[in-house]
Amino acid sequence: MIAERRKLTAPHVDPETKEFWEAAENGKLVARFCNSCEAYHYYPRTICPRCGDDDTEYREVSGRGRIYSYSVMRRVPVPYAMAYVTLEGTDISMMTNIVDCDLDALEIGQDVKVVFSETEGDGPPLPTFTPV
Amino acid sequence: MSINGKAYIAGAFEHPTRKAIDKSLAQLHAECAKGALEDAGLTKDDVDGYFCAGDAPGLGPLALADYMGLKLRHMDSTETGGSSYLVHVAHAAEAIALGKCSVALITLAGRPKAEGMATGTAPRNYGNDAPDVPFEFPFSPTITNMYGMCAMRHMYEFGTTSEQLAWIKVAASHHAQHNPNAVLQNVVTVEDVVNSPMISDPLHRLDCCVISDGGGALIVVSPEIAKTLNRPLVKVKGAGEAPKHQMGGRVDLTYSGAAWSGPAAFEEAGVKPGDIKYASIYDSFTITVLMQIEDLGFCAKGDGGKFVADGNLISGTGKLPFNTDGGGLCNNHPANRGGMTKVVEAVRQLRGEAHPAVQVPNCDLAVAHGTGGSLGTRHGSATLILERE
Ligand SMILES: [Zn+2]
Repeated sequence: MIAERRKLTAPHVDPETKEFWEAAENGKLVARFCNSCEAYHYYPRTICPRCGDDDTEYREVSGRGRIYSYSVMRRVPVPYAMAYVTLEGTDISMMTNIVDCDLDALEIGQDVKVVFSETEGDGPPLPTFTPV
Repeated sequence: MSINGKAYIAGAFEHPTRKAIDKSLAQLHAECAKGALEDAGLTKDDVDGYFCAGDAPGLGPLALADYMGLKLRHMDSTETGGSSYLVHVAHAAEAIALGKCSVALITLAGRPKAEGMATGTAPRNYGNDAPDVPFEFPFSPTITNMYGMCAMRHMYEFGTTSEQLAWIKVAASHHAQHNPNAVLQNVVTVEDVVNSPMISDPLHRLDCCVISDGGGALIVVSPEIAKTLNRPLVKVKGAGEAPKHQMGGRVDLTYSGAAWSGPAAFEEAGVKPGDIKYASIYDSFTITVLMQIEDLGFCAKGDGGKFVADGNLISGTGKLPFNTDGGGLCNNHPANRGGMTKVVEAVRQLRGEAHPAVQVPNCDLAVAHGTGGSLGTRHGSATLILERE
């Protein structure tokens, strides 16, 4: 079954994570990096949830990744694929949808790349992924 | 300091309703409180501590203390989703040990069925101020696809099969056939489960719990009061609680917070998983049970599929009789929160008051374990070890 495009709910943009969504508007996927423990975290926070330091900044990531797990929601009007994708060059996984794909051909470990999906109204686009 | 032996569960009540169109939420709480107090042989005027969670209306303990006419000297509205009520038992034991109260009432109630809630298939928005919501809710996470991702990863890492998961529902259905209040009373087979409609891969309709209204209540008392009541003595022997979350993005869906709350509870109780005669295990989905059985130490991580297969959870035939009321999978999951009924059935087993067809002989040591929130994102885990004296 080929995934149909869904109109996604616009994310709530709050002051702390505004830059993440501004990057998305520009077609860039960023993640928060902590200069103190030299690690990424996700979702983005000002204060690093790993070490507690506030020396954190957004860094652009490659936009490539690998499916950590997924589940195709079938008993809904438009079936879709929920997933966690582990981002290349990091040890962080983000919740997302796998789009523009055959829902019956997805696999854990599959290589994917970011493709931004429109949201309702004038909300910023969402980082979704599609098989490479 | 330990809570081992500092408090007893003297009253337990499960509301018989499964669809409460003609009752208010506060009324359900009060009916559950009345049921548990009568079970204990106490009255509302004996209550000096009250515990409730996010299912309570308004300002929780304030609204319900007002509604029920309670005069209190201790309140606790710890909210960890469906596991809240197991946490409440532990916190009540702590408060009693410190002399902050001597008769603690814990209530749960809800009416998702009457309200037509699409519990498993509609995304829930916990509010935009929840920091995770902007990064999750727009992708349509639902309870079923979040637990589906846990099951997919478990299958990928450990070779767990849908047939093994199905055995958990089969065991619950064997127990529910003896419960006249259960939503699902028919015995089902592994084939029935794997042939039921797929909701979200790899979870079928029969891998999911029921949606039901109702609730329950517990009375936790000091040892002195417990010994004056004409009820079997069910002692709180150990407790553990822990949140598990995404750990800053280092997502690992193969285990639950039971890996932390379980060992803490067993250590406090001074017993081992092998000593347990009966287990109430949170069962929002079949995969929930499987992961928690591993995490509580009943088998090694990854061996849960083999452990639950071939009827090993069925009372009378299996090594680990579980959820003998039919659990959330078949009996009742009031307010979408299964923790209360886990404690209630454990108390029935320890008293010897479970249905004779499922009563575990000489059941003197039980575990009750709950999860609240979602194993796929963030959840509160709580474990209780209970002993009949
Ligand atoms: Zn750091």
